[in-house]
Amino acid sequence: MAKRTILGAIAVLLVIAAAYAAFFVAPEERTMGMVQRIFYFHVSCAWAGLTAFSICFLSNLLYVWRRNEKYDWLGVSCAEVGAAFTTIVLISGPIWAKPAWGIYWTWDARLTSTFVLWLLYIAYLLLRTLIEEPDRRALLSALFGIFAFIDVPIVFGAIRWWRTQHPAPVIMGGPNSGLAPGMRGTFFFAVLAMHVFMWFLIAERYALEKMRGDVALLRQEAEAS
Amino acid sequence: MSLLSNAATLLRKEVRTEFRSRELLSTTIVFVLIVVVLFSFTFDPTSTESHRFGPGLLWLAFLFAASLMLQPCFLREQVNDTLSALRLAVADPFAIFLAKIGANTLFLLLTELLMLPVFAALFNVNFRGQLPGVLLTFFLGSLGISTAGTALAAISAQARMRELLLPLLLLPLLTPILVAATEVTVGLMSPEPAVQWKGIGFLAVFDVVFLTALWLFGEYLLEE
Repeated sequence: MAKRTILGAIAVLLVIAAAYAAFFVAPEERTMGMVQRIFYFHVSCAWAGLTAFSICFLSNLLYVWRRNEKYDWLGVSCAEVGAAFTTIVLISGPIWAKPAWGIYWTWDARLTSTFVLWLLYIAYLLLRTLIEEPDRRALLSALFGIFAFIDVPIVFGAIRWWRTQHPAPVIMGGPNSGLAPGMRGTFFFAVLAMHVFMWFLIAERYALEKMRGDVALLRQEAEAS
Repeated sequence: MSLLSNAATLLRKEVRTEFRSRELLSTTIVFVLIVVVLFSFTFDPTSTESHRFGPGLLWLAFLFAASLMLQPCFLREQVNDTLSALRLAVADPFAIFLAKIGANTLFLLLTELLMLPVFAALFNVNFRGQLPGVLLTFFLGSLGISTAGTALAAISAQARMRELLLPLLLLPLLTPILVAATEVTVGLMSPEPAVQWKGIGFLAVFDVVFLTALWLFGEYLLEE
């Protein structure tokens, strides 16, 4: 309990510090001005969401292999937190796009594939609500999680298919890409803060799921005796 | 080798079951027809726009039809618990999946080929001279839809609200197929038709990836 409280306090402080850095430390972008500052949250949430989905995939694989309910708890926690971060991305994106592109939404490849990614994990969470038996729910949702995750690179492959309005990768892109030095520090700090925050949420959700598992077990024992 | 011969035997069983009643095929064909007709009400199909929107509508109709057509492939086995018998009968459960994928691909392909002339007439497009390209696209697309769909039908058959759940799981997963197949079909239907090999390759990659995934994880889908 104490460990999670400390982690939570650190996560909240880091997010507040990242917000301060994004608004007051980072330099103003030349063409977009103030509105560009949403970038630090938009992209760091996207990265945190993808990290959460990757951990979800790993725990799905581990569940199928080891059949330990802990991996199921981790899987559902990561999927929920990842879906939450992706929701933030899908909301903060249009808020940024309206002043920058003049429209809230465009059926561009990266927007569409993020939307599909979000839908896939919503489907994963819905599937879990529709299977009663815990072992079966864990196994089948883990398998769907695996199928969904291997589908993601194929969906993202469609980026090369359509012409894209979304900017080409700025970080780790081509030789002319990259952030201004003042922006880079703030950006990577925001990424760190979001990841710590993500980890805190996953830890909380995991503890909740573990309690649910324990309650189910106790109820079973009580009914048996 | 026993995997393939087992799968072939099971495939014959699937096809024979279907052709005794032909109810799956006839219902699916009528469903696709209804969807195509209803879609065409949403815009003027005589205009040049039909060349742009037509293939997308066609593939969307196939995807919707598949998400309904794939439902019975495991539910049918539950009625008399024949799935347990199947599992006991074959050494590798992948044979069951191969047979079901084969049968579903065949049924889907038949539906698509029967709908093609109707679609060409209704939307005033011409596929003549492009038949090999069309066949290849339809085959790779149907194989991908059936592979992912059979795997997910095995999941949804074990859940509540299964009729609604399968489309919900399947349709987002099939977006790459929808995109690639539509692009290739647009290319084949344009006034100067061309086969877009990039799209064909994309479809083939999807098929290979999902067949491999099913080969690796299929047996867990059928666990008791």
